[in-house]
Amino acid sequence: MTQTPSVPTEAAEDVQPADAETEDVAAEHDAEHEHPSDRQYVKVALILGALTALEVATYFESVHHLGDAALYALLVVLMVLKFIYVVAWFMHLKFDSVILRRIFVAGIVLALGVYLVMLTAFRIWGA
Amino acid sequence: MSDVASPETTVSAPAATGHTAAAHPPTTTGLTHNKLAMWLFLGSECLLFGALIATYMFAKSRLPAGELGPNDVFDIPFTSVSSFVLLMSSLTMVLALSALNRGEERNFRVWIVATALLGGTFIAGQVYEFTVFYNLGLGYTTNIFGSAFYTLTGFHGAHVTIGIVMLMSTLVSSVRGRLSPRNAETVELIGLYWHFVDIVWILIFTIIYLFPQ
Repeated sequence: MTQTPSVPTEAAEDVQPADAETEDVAAEHDAEHEHPSDRQYVKVALILGALTALEVATYFESVHHLGDAALYALLVVLMVLKFIYVVAWFMHLKFDSVILRRIFVAGIVLALGVYLVMLTAFRIWGA
Repeated sequence: MSDVASPETTVSAPAATGHTAAAHPPTTTGLTHNKLAMWLFLGSECLLFGALIATYMFAKSRLPAGELGPNDVFDIPFTSVSSFVLLMSSLTMVLALSALNRGEERNFRVWIVATALLGGTFIAGQVYEFTVFYNLGLGYTTNIFGSAFYTLTGFHGAHVTIGIVMLMSTLVSSVRGRLSPRNAETVELIGLYWHFVDIVWILIFTIIYLFPQ
């Protein structure tokens, strides 16, 4: 009986850090499940549309004076930007678990590595 | 005593944030097996489409002079419109999922139908394009460029078609009352597949159509 009062006190002391931990977990949870608004999705779509328009503009003769190397570089940059926007926002990878990001990036890096080596072995660059 | 507090932490976190227990499934990663499997599948698809794009680039570099090639058949303005249509289908897809998460079933159906229609328009454009190319003399076995081109874009078209079938299946589920915010993950996974098909086209459009020939 004499020990009874000490139990809740001890329990309260132990629970306190757990509550703090709970808040941390909750904050982390909220951050992980942050959802963009519909307005943000529309903004991303507008950016994607603008980037596509820029890409298509390179088809016209007026920009061909830039040279093939500059056109390749410009197109690759625009393509990568569009890719990142869709993956980050529409596929939600920006807000999702880092594990998923690593899985997907591993696939991309593996594919890029394997096929760049293959194409180099077949000497297609500059062909 | 801290051992007692830990389970409380695990249980109270979802409640504090308003999410159900399903938001953090009891798996080692905290992710559902289905979602993890879908991302693994998409990672492996990078290798499939990487192989097809690399094969196309190799085939194009080995195309003998005077043979029917990209410059003779591609219609960039037409394909640009198709690309834009597919890109916008990603927006309608994400709006469908957003509506479902809010419990707005009617809006969900509208956006899902819009996504399927945009996907269907893209496929119709691809069929038209293939028909035009065939009439210009580019068959599947005409030359190495034709084989690689039809294989790559055909595989992509098949993926879009499968995506449309999956979109329609979610529409049927919704009409039958089997879809709610609680099982929105099914739609999320189909959305991931759809967006992946979109990013593959982003690569194809630039590398196959827009790169200087």
